[in-house]
Amino acid sequence: MNNLAVFATIFFNLILVNNYVLVQFLGICPFLGVSKKVDSSTGMGLAVIFVMVIATAVTFPLQIFLLDAYDLGYMQTVVFILVIAVLVQLIEITLKKYVPALYTALGVYLPLITTNCCVLGVTILAVQDYSDIVAEQGFGLAYAEALICAAGAGVGFLVAMLLFCGVRQRVESSNPPESFKGLPITLVSAAITSMSFMGFGGLVENIINALV
Amino acid sequence: MSEKQSLWKIFTAGIIRENPVLRLVLGCCSALAVTTTVSGALGMGLSMTFVLVCSNIVISALRKAIPDKVHLPCYIVIIATFVTVVQMVLEAYAQDLYDSLGVFLALIVVNCIILGRAEMFACKHTVVESAVDGVGMGLGYIITMLLMSSVREIIGNGSWMGITIIPESVDRMGIMNQAPGGFFVFGCLMALCVFIEKKTNHPIERKTCGEVMLDEIDAAKSEGGDQA
Repeated sequence: MNNLAVFATIFFNLILVNNYVLVQFLGICPFLGVSKKVDSSTGMGLAVIFVMVIATAVTFPLQIFLLDAYDLGYMQTVVFILVIAVLVQLIEITLKKYVPALYTALGVYLPLITTNCCVLGVTILAVQDYSDIVAEQGFGLAYAEALICAAGAGVGFLVAMLLFCGVRQRVESSNPPESFKGLPITLVSAAITSMSFMGFGGLVENIINALV
Repeated sequence: MSEKQSLWKIFTAGIIRENPVLRLVLGCCSALAVTTTVSGALGMGLSMTFVLVCSNIVISALRKAIPDKVHLPCYIVIIATFVTVVQMVLEAYAQDLYDSLGVFLALIVVNCIILGRAEMFACKHTVVESAVDGVGMGLGYIITMLLMSSVREIIGNGSWMGITIIPESVDRMGIMNQAPGGFFVFGCLMALCVFIEKKTNHPIERKTCGEVMLDEIDAAKSEGGDQA
């Protein structure tokens, strides 16, 4: 497969097959809470994509050139969470000063994302999955794949939020048994949404292989 | 909360009255992800309890020293330190568990149970009270995790703690071990919890951290609207 096909496979796999929210259980909190409203879900999803890509762009080289190079791998958790916290603050300040339009759209969501497990999750998983490629195929390609992975994970989050938003509006107008009202029925409908995503297993590779 | 809350009351609060997963709806990510096997759930529960107790103790001991403005980064560093300790211990002595918990071990750092308890409890109470709260909350978490993972492992894999219970001739419901099963079992357990609350006349309003987020978003938006 050429590089483009690899990139496309990673990207669509993370949206459809290994969706961060519905299949890997990362970022359940905003998924269950914020998906009540379409506009909030969109904003949250966009902010997550934005932060995930930037966070991975910073943490991936940090891991390769600082932590791995000096045998400091055990500091990963501490370093990554601090970098993310600082980064989110920096993004917020920069946007406020230079891109006010983007700030008004995403500013509200940024502080909420700092302690979101999907952001820390994607940075750690990207390092786990793609740091081996650095030795085999060079840093550039591994870095590009890690970034694609972050973007795919972010888009997957947005897709899951928006889809579930629709499901939720249907669920809210239904009449479940008394004990299931509210959160329990939301969780059960998340189970069904997640089940529908399982149907995509193997689909992405096959389509891309057929196209290339 | 009154000043002279008995330690016993704080301890039992975490287990039933303020059960972190089923009643406060905190830390759902790990509760959903690592409950495919009972042993994994137990390992996660114990790691979580260790981090919770240690970070509660340190945060409550430093509660007067930590400036209000930077309290969140301080808490995160304290918590991350203990998570790293757990990671190193597990990697050295329980490689299998370390591999099966995977990224969720590191994600204890951003688990809302720990940050939530630091914000809600440890920063206002003494060291002893916070330690007891940590143990109680940890036990409540472990019990819920064990309950969920027992259901999932028995139905999905026919075994409990790796011991086969259901004979091989009976088909397994593999979906219980996968993502949908997690959501489903969690939803049903919560419904059961609501049912018991209704029977015993102690209904509560559940508020996920996501809904708190939504409230914050709405508040910020209406604030912005007022200024404009």
